[in-house]
Amino acid sequence: MADATAEGGLTGSETDKRGRLLTSDGTPLRRALERANRRRKLTALALVAPLLAFILIFFAFPIAQMMWRSVDNPQVVNALPRTLDALQDWDGRALPPEPVFAALHADMVADLDLPRREQKIGPLGIRLNYELSAARSAISRTTRDVANFQEPYSEAFTAAHRLWGDVELWRIIKREGKPLTLSYYVAALDREYDADGNIVKRPENRQIYVSLFGRTLALSLAITAMTFLLGFPIAYYLSILPMRYANLLMIAVLLPFWTSLLVRTSAWIVLLQQQGVINNTLVGLGIIGDDGRFSLIYNQTGTIIAMTHILLPFMVLPLYSVMRTIPPSYMRAAKSLGATPWTAFRRVYFPQTLPGIGAGGVLVFIISIGYYITPALVGGQSGRMISNEIARHIQQSLNWGLAAALGSMLLVGVLVLYWLYNRLVGTDSLKFG
Amino acid sequence: MSMPAYYTTKDKIWHYTFRVICFAIFFFLLAPILIMIPLSFNAQPFFTFTREMLTLNPEGYSLRWYRDFLGSESWMRSIRNSFVIGIAATLVSTTLGTLAALGLSRSEMPAKGLIMGILISPMIVPLIISAAGMFFFFSSINIAQTYLGVVLAHAALGTPFVVITVTATLVGFDQSLTRAAANLGASPTRTFFKITMPLILPGVISGALFAFITSFDEIVVVLFVAGVEQRTIPREMWSGIREDISPTILAVATILVLISVALLTVVELLRRRGERMRGLSPQ
Repeated sequence: MADATAEGGLTGSETDKRGRLLTSDGTPLRRALERANRRRKLTALALVAPLLAFILIFFAFPIAQMMWRSVDNPQVVNALPRTLDALQDWDGRALPPEPVFAALHADMVADLDLPRREQKIGPLGIRLNYELSAARSAISRTTRDVANFQEPYSEAFTAAHRLWGDVELWRIIKREGKPLTLSYYVAALDREYDADGNIVKRPENRQIYVSLFGRTLALSLAITAMTFLLGFPIAYYLSILPMRYANLLMIAVLLPFWTSLLVRTSAWIVLLQQQGVINNTLVGLGIIGDDGRFSLIYNQTGTIIAMTHILLPFMVLPLYSVMRTIPPSYMRAAKSLGATPWTAFRRVYFPQTLPGIGAGGVLVFIISIGYYITPALVGGQSGRMISNEIARHIQQSLNWGLAAALGSMLLVGVLVLYWLYNRLVGTDSLKFG
Repeated sequence: MSMPAYYTTKDKIWHYTFRVICFAIFFFLLAPILIMIPLSFNAQPFFTFTREMLTLNPEGYSLRWYRDFLGSESWMRSIRNSFVIGIAATLVSTTLGTLAALGLSRSEMPAKGLIMGILISPMIVPLIISAAGMFFFFSSINIAQTYLGVVLAHAALGTPFVVITVTATLVGFDQSLTRAAANLGASPTRTFFKITMPLILPGVISGALFAFITSFDEIVVVLFVAGVEQRTIPREMWSGIREDISPTILAVATILVLISVALLTVVELLRRRGERMRGLSPQ
């Protein structure tokens, strides 16, 4: 091939002593080609680089940083270096000996001398409070008088706040006196440490998150099932209509898709509330009494109805694009071979729609398990999902480590599902409108 | 779908039942959105049809909620904010996204799958997680509660849509056209603006529209990253729904529905134009 080209007379090209092709300036053709290819590769990279850098800095890095918070544990180490030193040989059974209290006193007094912005006892109180409520008030009360404490310090501390006489607090200080912690994940899985440092289940009444994850999954499955039940018939109907009518009816799917999320959510509030359109119509028609109004909103029913409506287009669009490609002759062939319509549908048509069902289903499921706005507005207490709990910990309870742990678990779940989706249909099939 | 002559009675019943079911579902999709339009002209502060409205008495209708909306300082500010933030974010994400799509569609692009995965991740990661991450990061570099912060956040969320739409347009793009331009002596820049850009423009515009609507409709990140000054329309609706729910929201909603109808029309027209233009170029 190379010889043929050479003989064909690449004008200006020559061969060197070993018979390699040369370009007009005398470099071997292979090297010139490699160089040109490298340059093209670099051009392609240079085109992608600005966006890649932008996404890495303003999107990927912030998320990585947030996930780091779920294991980051600097508070105790920073605030109580001497105390942690003194606690090293403590066995965690009885109250620590006097030297530990003396070290604690030294740590707290040293902290008082720091400028206010660098003080570390405040964050310590907040951190310990996640593990043991009242720890914060114990620490802030002690901080006020600690400068006047006299030996023996163990008595001075326990007199200032009873919690210093609680072995539990000391066990927590020792356990959390490491720069990294798993305790946020332990809490996020409804577990806690017992006196021996084993991870055990929390008492029944303090178990929140596992059941919330369960509820989020159950609600998402219910919503996915609903969008499938409603989406399959209309996608099929659209796919057998002539293009003209299909495009017209497609507006019914696309208009909700393009309408603001807040608009759609408020529409459901208008329709579903106690004094809303549906209840008023039913009362007006005499179907239900005035005191028999349905509670359709601010509970799970509200979340399911509103989110089914919001996510239905995400099911219909992939289903429709798959169904359009299924030739109607297959069904006719099945029927002419003696299959009943139901058998033909079940054995011939339905299996061919599976890629669409998979794509739409995973898409709806992924979107719904991370949904925040609609459950927050129409979900009430029973329709809340894991996202709402994450937001609550960031904005109200300010337990950012726990929020990060819950968020990381959600993120990993979504990424696994997305990977599955990719295996199923490939990213290329993501299209809009 | 016309009915074949050989249909039995059972077939006919099923045929009609199926149609009824489908239209009921279409009704479920459209009715909630459409029902807000008449309700927004309610003369009473209720979310339901009054007796006067049902009897088509003009007394039952009024424009008071539209006046309320237009006269409200905070709503007007939210409109300004939504457009300013939306347009700025769209400019950033369309520029970066189009460049990246051009790079990604070159055959010599290394690590395509990995880079594509990173670039479209803002679309996949649940918004609450993106919002929380940005909230912490933007606070630490002092751009939380600024326009810059919200614009950067929305630009990041909008880029996947630009990348995906423009990449899709470039799949049907005939590379021999750029080679021809280069052959005729055009510089790469000139080739881009004279040859490539006009051909991929429909894709770029619909990507930009997706980016704009993403920002225009985005609320979770705004809740975390924006301050009072940067409140957008969805943010104002959020407080409207949570705090004092009044039919003003329905007036706003009606206006937003009209905007989405306009955007939907533009995207549809672009899609058809794109298909026509791609039909012209040899595959």
